[in-house]
Amino acid sequence: MGTGRRTGRGYRAGVAGRVLLAIVGGYALAALATAVLSLTLPLEPAEAVTAATLLSFTVMAVVVLFVFAARSLRVATLWLALPVGALSLGLWVLMRAGASV
Amino acid sequence: MRNGLRQSMAWLHSWAGLVAGWVLFCIFMTGTATYYRADVSRWMRPELPVVQQVPTPDDLARAAETAVAHLKGAAPNAIAWYVTLPSAADPAVALMWFTDFALPPGTARLDPATGGPPAVRETFGGDFFYRFHFELNLPSTIGRWIAGICAMIGLVTLLSGIITHRRIFADFFTFRRHAKSAQRSWLDAHNVAGVVAIPFHLMITYTGIATLALMYMPWGVLTAYKGDAMRFYGETGQITAPLAPAGKPGTLAPVGPMVRQALERVSEPLEMVIVEMPGDAKSKVVAVFEEPHGLSHQHPQVAFAGATGTLLQVLNPNLKPASKTFTTMVGLHEAHFAGPALRVLFFLCGLTGAAMVGTGLVLWSVARLPTPGAAPFFGLRLVRVLNLGTVAGLPAAVAAYFLANRLLPVGLGARADWEVGVFFAVWILAAVYAALRPQASVWREMLAACAALFLAVPVVNGLATGRHPLASVAAGDALYLWFDAAMLALAGLFAIAAYKAHGVEAPGRRRPQAVAPLRRNALEQA
Repeated sequence: MGTGRRTGRGYRAGVAGRVLLAIVGGYALAALATAVLSLTLPLEPAEAVTAATLLSFTVMAVVVLFVFAARSLRVATLWLALPVGALSLGLWVLMRAGASV
Repeated sequence: MRNGLRQSMAWLHSWAGLVAGWVLFCIFMTGTATYYRADVSRWMRPELPVVQQVPTPDDLARAAETAVAHLKGAAPNAIAWYVTLPSAADPAVALMWFTDFALPPGTARLDPATGGPPAVRETFGGDFFYRFHFELNLPSTIGRWIAGICAMIGLVTLLSGIITHRRIFADFFTFRRHAKSAQRSWLDAHNVAGVVAIPFHLMITYTGIATLALMYMPWGVLTAYKGDAMRFYGETGQITAPLAPAGKPGTLAPVGPMVRQALERVSEPLEMVIVEMPGDAKSKVVAVFEEPHGLSHQHPQVAFAGATGTLLQVLNPNLKPASKTFTTMVGLHEAHFAGPALRVLFFLCGLTGAAMVGTGLVLWSVARLPTPGAAPFFGLRLVRVLNLGTVAGLPAAVAAYFLANRLLPVGLGARADWEVGVFFAVWILAAVYAALRPQASVWREMLAACAALFLAVPVVNGLATGRHPLASVAAGDALYLWFDAAMLALAGLFAIAAYKAHGVEAPGRRRPQAVAPLRRNALEQA
């Protein structure tokens, strides 16, 4: 999007798309990572939850930077969809297996 | 948004910074004032003696009994009572109780000797700044979410600013006061304020988010603990083991003996007594002590069965690594470990943070100055008014809050709320003034008004209380001397700023032709 003009509908839609992806995608990935790590880190449950929760804000910040650094909105969406999908699947398996005690 | 990592990060930095900047400036200012929360509270209660006796175990036990007697009448069905006991900083007993966590808590202050209201003026003191810096005087859930979202945007702004800024070390030493363009000087000022204390800015932002981590990111507790936060906290070792309520009424045993017993087990000063489910047969009384010296925010605690007074648990202070990391983050944020010298350093770092945000906000509008003769576009006018209303308006409101404390009648009903009312009235007035005055002179006028208001604080204080600097020296009253000195320093700072601010953002100050060949920082292009 950087190559085009810095005004106009296309540019604005691109910016809005990135903002939305950064907020929703960033929080989703951070939340999923927190949930999965809380259940899988080889620590006592309280320690795993604390470590995962404290780490989650770094995850979100990095995702936001990545979304705005990516070459295009499509590239950012695709790259973000991979870990979100993988972690969602992982969490679903963990919850079904009753790993949540 | 532009191609290239630094360009896109510069774009993100200037827009994220703009969106969250006004709230972040308020959080930095009031949070920085919170480093002196107890001192501000004491200064705002001038009826208190210069030197306060440290309460004895008997005093504390009696104060706890007085508090419980009051609470049994005021809130017998509460979920929990929180009793802050008298200390050398504050001789009153402060009560807080929840009957429903969704509702604001009930509060009261008592004179432990009489059980009635204390014979000092009613004020929120430094607690107002403390609560404002993460709740923004809004309902607590909404306020905390807004503060957290803005802190997260602040973190992203810091990180993208660092990536943008290739000459981070060299710019330590760069400040071109006589630079050819106003924009260049503002950029240098922004860089100095940002870079000098960058470890502090990153630390305070991340630890600030961490203090409310479980509210913002509850998903670990929701999956691994089915949402039972109390069981989680209990297992981390940060609170005593929770008790399930019996569901039938019980009678609370006298708390005085429990307080005495707790004081025999822990050597730190006793800070608070919490009574959980006070009306239930399985009620619990917890004595919470001040943190021992160290970075970690970890209060020693002693728990008793409320109905019998038997000892249940002395909280083991040995936390495991992740929990210790969490409590250390909270400890770093609150800086209770800091002695006077370190506290001054934290305070100055906090001011630097406010300066970083403030200069960044001004930079956004300076970089978009219209050419001479052209009218500024709507967004620029809006940003200018919000910048003025925040950067010059909030300090004026803080000074007005101190003045209101000295000038409002002591016996006024709801006096503490009136002080807060004056704070907001002056703030709104400042924003309206900013919107109405011409851009060429408004910065100078408003900064000069801030200087005058801060100068008025020691003068009005001396006239209203008689505790002027000479009297303070004679009485050995260090707090009043320091407070007067701090107000004069702030007045001086704003006077200098007003002097320097002549013509800031006035059309014609920007010289684009001088900037173009000197481009070295991606920010200037963003």
